[in-house]
Amino acid sequence: MAVLRVLVYTALVVLAIGLQVGPFSELAIHGVAPDLLLLVVVAVGLVHGPERAALIGFVGGLALDLAPPADHVAGRWALALVVVGFLVGLVRDDARQGPLGIVGAVAAASFVGTSIFALSGLILDEPGVTVGGVLEVIPIAVLYDTALALLTVPLLMALGRRLEPDRDEWVRAA
Amino acid sequence: MRLSSPRDDRRPRAVAVALAMAAVTIITVDATAGDDSPVDPLRSAGGEVFGPVESGLDEATRPIEAVADQVTTVDGLRDDNARLQAENDRLRAELETAGIDRARIDALAEMTRFGDQHGVDLVTAQVIAMGPAQSFSQAVTIDAGTADGVESDMTVLNDQGLVGRVLRADLHTATVLLIVDASSVVGGRLGTDLELGMLRGDGELSDVGRLTLTTMDPTVEPATGDIVVTWGSRGGTPYVAGVPIGRIESVESSPRDQSSSARVVPYVDFSALDLVGVVIGASPPGDRTERAAPGEGR
Repeated sequence: MAVLRVLVYTALVVLAIGLQVGPFSELAIHGVAPDLLLLVVVAVGLVHGPERAALIGFVGGLALDLAPPADHVAGRWALALVVVGFLVGLVRDDARQGPLGIVGAVAAASFVGTSIFALSGLILDEPGVTVGGVLEVIPIAVLYDTALALLTVPLLMALGRRLEPDRDEWVRAA
Repeated sequence: MRLSSPRDDRRPRAVAVALAMAAVTIITVDATAGDDSPVDPLRSAGGEVFGPVESGLDEATRPIEAVADQVTTVDGLRDDNARLQAENDRLRAELETAGIDRARIDALAEMTRFGDQHGVDLVTAQVIAMGPAQSFSQAVTIDAGTADGVESDMTVLNDQGLVGRVLRADLHTATVLLIVDASSVVGGRLGTDLELGMLRGDGELSDVGRLTLTTMDPTVEPATGDIVVTWGSRGGTPYVAGVPIGRIESVESSPRDQSSSARVVPYVDFSALDLVGVVIGASPPGDRTERAAPGEGR
């Protein structure tokens, strides 16, 4: 089961990054594309807990930092998604109570993730990153991610539960 | 089954902190290394892996994108449409006014030409009011008065032909009696044989309005299609000579009365009067008959 899980999540991460920088960048609203990888990390956090979510966040984030159109300092998305995965994993018991909890978790995760990424850009004095631009981009990103999460996150969570049914049960029992 | 213990709770945090530290380390290394970053080989490896993935996904989703493009550009199309419509309206308005302006310029030019040809001075004026039909008097008000040199009994014409005469002139306006008024009598001259006659209006302003021509010499029978110009009065008032009035439409002869009358279609469209000219200076004497009918052939 563990090998299958690694394979499935590797494929998911690659697919999410590919879609995010490819087709979904065409559907950008005011230049803001949805963070599909972030949704994957959130789903992992909700199903598998903080440790694995942080791990997937790190690996996926680093891949996103290195995937072709990216030209920023590597590690920024990795850092952001580690934090996102860890935090979502911590609050998963509350967040999984109902659809509203999931939506709230996604919105918070999106806010935290895009904020960390943007702020790290500000701190590193990356070209093109301005406070005004950041303040404009973050709300759009949060809304877009949340809207897309309504479709994707429940599916990803269902997939995650199938990959690891036992764990889900003992979490419920605890 | 495991029970969660403090140790279990701490483990994810340690992992997360370690990963975050790793990320920060990568950031630091990459940010400080400048052009010669050790991350660069990783970046090119990322390109090797994700390049094919991205191009494959791009190929696969291109048909969807084509649809999505149309969806996302509806707003843009709406904007374009509104903008183009506004521009269209503006240009159309410009074009329409241009037509009116052009007509007015043509009218002015024609009147000036007539004035030059006949040696008369014209004051141009605009029709600003038209008497109502229920007054049964076909008169209009123009925006030139005694201040402009307009006085009563002066000839009023436009680029088409004779309009009427000034009935009364005020300081800045004047009332013009149209030749189609039932009380109007104009001396006319036939264009071909110079015979004289009197033209009376029938009080009808519209296209069906006709003038009735009665020749002075009852034996003369006007020819259909012949044109009629003004005969001319002493001193050019009320009518200067040689202004085209209209064209003979039909002739009725009455052998018993030994007279004939003709129906004359006026050249001027009285329901669409705009710019008119008032003849304020009479033509020089002895010059009139030579210069008959400037509007011939209209």
